[in-house]
Amino acid sequence: MSVLDSKVPKGPLKDKWTTYKDKINLVNPANKRSIDVIVVGTGLAGGSAAATLAELGYKVKAFCYQDSPRRAHSIAAQGGINAAKNYQGDGDSTYRLFYDTVKGGDYRSREANVYRLAEVSANIIDQCVAQGVPFARDYGGLLDNRSFGGVLVSRTFYAKGQTGQQLLLGAYSAMNRQIARGKIEMYNRHEMLDVVKVDGKARGIIARNLVTGEIERHSAHAVVIASGGYGNVYFLSTNAMGSNATAAWKIHKKGAFFANPCYTQIHPTCIPRSGDYQSKLTLMSESLRNDGRIWVPKNMEDVMAIREGKKLPTDLSEDERDYYLERRYPAFGNLVPRDVASRAAKERCDAGYGVNATGEAVYLDFKSAIERYGLEQAKIHGVLNPSKEKITQLGEAVVEEKYGNLFQMYEKIVDQDPYKTPMMIYPATHYTMGGVWVDYNLMTTVEGLYCIGEANFSDHGANRLGASALMQGLADGYFVLPYTIGDYLSHEIRTGKIPTNTPEFDAAEKEVTDKINFFINNKGTHSVDYYHKKLGKIMWDKCGMSRNAADLKQAIVEIKAIREEFYKEVKVPGSANEMNPELEKAGRVADFLELGELFAKDALMREESCGGHFREESTELDGEQKGEAKRNDAEYAFVAAWEYKGEPSDAVLHKEELEFNDIELKQRSYK
Amino acid sequence: MNLTLKIWRQKGPKDKGKMVDYQVTEISENMSFLEMMDVLNEQLINKGEEPVAFDHDCREGICGMCSMYINGEAHGPDRGVTTCQLHMRMFKDGDTITIEPFRAKAFPVIKDLVVDRSSFERIQQAGGFISVNTSGNTQDANAIPIDKHAADMAMDSATCIGCGACVASCKNSSAMLFVGAKVSQYALLPQGQVEAVDRVKNMVAQMDLEGFGNCTNTGACEVECPKGISLENIARLNREYFKASVKG
Ligand SMILES: Cc1cc2nc3c(=O)[nH]c(=O)nc-3n(C[C@H](O)[C@H](O)[C@H](O)COP(=O)(O)OP(=O)(O)OC[C@H]3O[C@@H](n4cnc5c(N)ncnc54)[C@H](O)[C@@H]3O)c2cc1C
Ligand code: SF4
Ligand code: FES
Repeated sequence: MSVLDSKVPKGPLKDKWTTYKDKINLVNPANKRSIDVIVVGTGLAGGSAAATLAELGYKVKAFCYQDSPRRAHSIAAQGGINAAKNYQGDGDSTYRLFYDTVKGGDYRSREANVYRLAEVSANIIDQCVAQGVPFARDYGGLLDNRSFGGVLVSRTFYAKGQTGQQLLLGAYSAMNRQIARGKIEMYNRHEMLDVVKVDGKARGIIARNLVTGEIERHSAHAVVIASGGYGNVYFLSTNAMGSNATAAWKIHKKGAFFANPCYTQIHPTCIPRSGDYQSKLTLMSESLRNDGRIWVPKNMEDVMAIREGKKLPTDLSEDERDYYLERRYPAFGNLVPRDVASRAAKERCDAGYGVNATGEAVYLDFKSAIERYGLEQAKIHGVLNPSKEKITQLGEAVVEEKYGNLFQMYEKIVDQDPYKTPMMIYPATHYTMGGVWVDYNLMTTVEGLYCIGEANFSDHGANRLGASALMQGLADGYFVLPYTIGDYLSHEIRTGKIPTNTPEFDAAEKEVTDKINFFINNKGTHSVDYYHKKLGKIMWDKCGMSRNAADLKQAIVEIKAIREEFYKEVKVPGSANEMNPELEKAGRVADFLELGELFAKDALMREESCGGHFREESTELDGEQKGEAKRNDAEYAFVAAWEYKGEPSDAVLHKEELEFNDIELKQRSYK
Repeated sequence: MNLTLKIWRQKGPKDKGKMVDYQVTEISENMSFLEMMDVLNEQLINKGEEPVAFDHDCREGICGMCSMYINGEAHGPDRGVTTCQLHMRMFKDGDTITIEPFRAKAFPVIKDLVVDRSSFERIQQAGGFISVNTSGNTQDANAIPIDKHAADMAMDSATCIGCGACVASCKNSSAMLFVGAKVSQYALLPQGQVEAVDRVKNMVAQMDLEGFGNCTNTGACEVECPKGISLENIARLNREYFKASVKG
C-alpha cells in the first residue's frame, strides 16, 4: 500500500505553479481573522511564513526555543543565497538554476518542487532588498554576486560573510511588524513537545514554557513545523547547540512520514576537533577553496615530525607535499564539490597522513595565492623587482580584503596565524537534506500538518551545493506555503475555534508530562551528554561520509543498546517546573537516539553512492571513474519515506518514485 | 589548568542569589570559555549537584545568546569576541575567575547567569522594521541603486547581534549603542526613509519605557561590543532623533 500522493499538478513543468495558483481556493479576508495557524520555528522558513500568514490576515502563534526569533540557527549561514536574476548577464535563468539544483541533488529531489523554487528565487531578493537587507553592492550601486562551487554562473547574493544573519533579521523585522500589530503572538523560550490530532487532522500542539516549566496547550486550524535540521544527531556538527529533531520526530511518531533520513551534507572546510571536550565544530566558508590549496605531506616521516612538532608545514618543499585533490581531480582540483573534497580528506587521514594531534586534519594553504596576488599587485603598482617580503606583504593585503574575517576567526580559535602557516581543516556534518515527507503543498502525511525549510525533505535530494538552503527556507515561507495552506484552510472557515479541553489534548499532554517526570525521577549515573557523545561517535564512524552494510548493521544494534542504557541510566538534575537545560537536552537526545537508528536503517537500504554519502559497495569498477561514487538510477531513483510503527527498526518503507521528464539523468565526473 | 570560579547562583527571578566558589581541573587552553563551563557542569552533575544555567546556542559568535560578565567585563577579557569565542588561553593556571550575569534593570535575572533581554525585542517591535508587505510584488531589487559606501555602512550597523554587552558594560545601563545600530541600518538606506521619523521616535520612547539609562558618552559600550559597533551609531541616533523632533 502506498499513500504517497505527491499532488504535483499536471501540465508542463514551467506552467505548473502558475496554473496551480490560479485554480486554488482562497479564503475571504474576513474569515481569515477567525482562523488560527501555529508556526513552530522562527528561522528563515518559520519566520518568513509567520510574517506572511499574519499579513494575509490569519491569527498566528509562533514558537521558538531561543529567547528571540532572531537567534534561530539560520543566523549562522555565512556564504550566500542563490537566485536566478541573471544580473551578471552570464546566461543564468530559471531553467539553469533548476537544472543545477536537480543535478547538485544527484537527481534525488522532486522536479516540480525544484522548478518552483527556481521560479520564485528572484522574488526573494526583491523582497529582502525592500525590507532593508544590506546585500553587497558594486560601485555602480547595483547588487553584487559571487560564484559558489559546482556551478558556472555567478548567482549567489551575499552580505559579507553574514548572509544568513541579514536574511533572518529581515524576516524577523517582518515578524516584528506583525507582532506590533497583534497579528503574531510570539512564544519565545517555548518548546513544542507534541502535536495534537483530532479526527486525523493536526489541531494543536503541546509546548513547554522553558522558563517556568509549565506545560501549555495551543490549538489551531493548521500546524506548520519549521524546526530546522537534525545534524546534531552526530553530536559534533556545525549546527547550533540547541538544534534538534524533536518537533520533526514527534510528528513522525504521530503519522508524518520521515523521508531520506540518511542524506547529510558534510562540509569539507571546518576547523578540526582539538579534544574530547569539544562541543561543536566551526565552519570556515567554502569560498576559501577558491584560493587555498589542499595538501598533506607525501612521506610518513614528515607527518610524524609535524605531529611531534619537530617540523613545520612551511619546512616542506613543494615536492614533499601531496596536493591530493589536484592529483586526483585535475579538471576541478581544489574546487571539486563538497562531498568529493570531504571524502578525499578523510581518505588521506584514514591512511595516516592527518597533520594534527588527533590525525584528523589536512592543510589549506594560501601561500601560492599570496604570491600570485602579490606579483599581480606589484605589477599594478609599478613596483619593479619586488622583494620577497614586498610580494608577501602585497599579497597578504589582497587575501585579507577577501577573507579577513575568516582568517581572524580561525586565529581566535586555533591560535595560529593562517597568513604565515597553512590552516588545518577537516570535514564536519553540516546540513541535513532528509526530513519530514511533504507533498507539493508542503503538507505532511497528516492532514493540516505542514513542514517547511530544512525540516522537510522536498527540494534538495542528495544536495551537494551551497547557497540553496537559505533560498528554500525563504521560498517556502514567503511565497509557497502562504498559497498552499490557504487552499486547505478554505475548508476550515466553518470549523470555529478549536477547544483545548478535549480528550485528545488530555492524552497528548499526559504523554509529555509522563516523559518529563520519568527523566526527573530516574536515578541514573550518567549525564545526557555522555549518551549524546556515544551516539555521535557511532553516527560519524559508521553512518558518516562512507558507509558499508556491515558497519550499518552494527550501528543499528549499537544505537539500540545505547537507547536502552540511556533510559536506565540517564541522570537529569533539577526539577520539572523551572528552567532546566539538562531536562531540555534529555528530551532532545531521546529523540536523536531513535532518529539515529532510522538513519542507519535508511542508509542500509540505499545500496548506492549518492550525494554526500559514499556506499563502499557501490563504486565505479573501471574506466576513468574507477574508485569513484556510483549512483544507481535504475533501482534507487525514489524517495524513501518511512512510516512509524513503534520501534525505528519496525518502520515501514514507502517509495515515491521520482520522475524526470525535463532533465536527463547523468553520472557525474570531476576528473 | 586548574581554576577557581566564583559564580553567581540564583535559583529563580525572586531568589536573592549569591556568589559560590567552584574548582575546575584539567582545563585545556584550547577550550572555549563555554566548553570550560561544560566541564564544570559535567562535574556538578556527576556529583549530584545542579549545573549552572547559562545562555548559549551557536557557539560561534553570531546568535548573540551567550552573555556572561567575566572578571568585570561583558564577554570577558578578550576584545571583539563573544563569550563563546573567548578561549581559555586568555587565562593562567591557578587563576580565580568571577562570573556573573549581565546586570541591568531592564535585564532581570531568570536563573544563574541567564537574563531576560526581551526588552530589546519590544524596542524592535516599536519600529525596527520597514513596513513592506511580504507578498513578493515588490519592485526589482536593482531598481534603487544604493551607494556602495552607504550599503557597507548599513551593513556595519546591521552586524549587531543584540547580545546586550553594551548595556551590561555601561555604568548607566544605556541601550543607546544597540538602538543606534538598529536605527542606523535603516537610516542609511533609501528604503528606510519613508518611516524614519516615526521609527526613531517610537524606538527611543520604548527604550526609555523599558528602564534603560541615558548615554553619558563614556564609550564603555564600544569597547566591549563584540561586533565593533562604533559610537558613530549613537551620534547618528541622536541626529535622527533631533531631525524627527524638529519635524514634529
Ligand atoms: C554554519 C552554517 C552555515 C551555512 N551557510 C549556508 C549558506 O551560506 N547558504 C545556504 O543556503 N545555507 C547555509 N546553511 C544552511 C542553512 O543555514 C539552513 O539550512 C537554514 O538556515 C535552515 O533554516 P530553517 O528556517 O529551516 O531552520 P532554523 O533556522 O534552524 O530554525 C529552526 C527554528 O525552529 C525552532 N525550533 C526547533 N525545534 C523547536 C521546538 N521543538 N519547539 C519550538 N521551536 C523549535 C528554533 O527555535 C528555530 O527558531 C548553513 C548552515 C550552517 C550550519
Ligand atoms: S551594539 Fe554590540 S554590544 Fe550592543 S547588542 Fe549590538 S553587538 Fe551586542
Ligand atoms: S553562543 Fe551564539 S554568540 Fe555566543
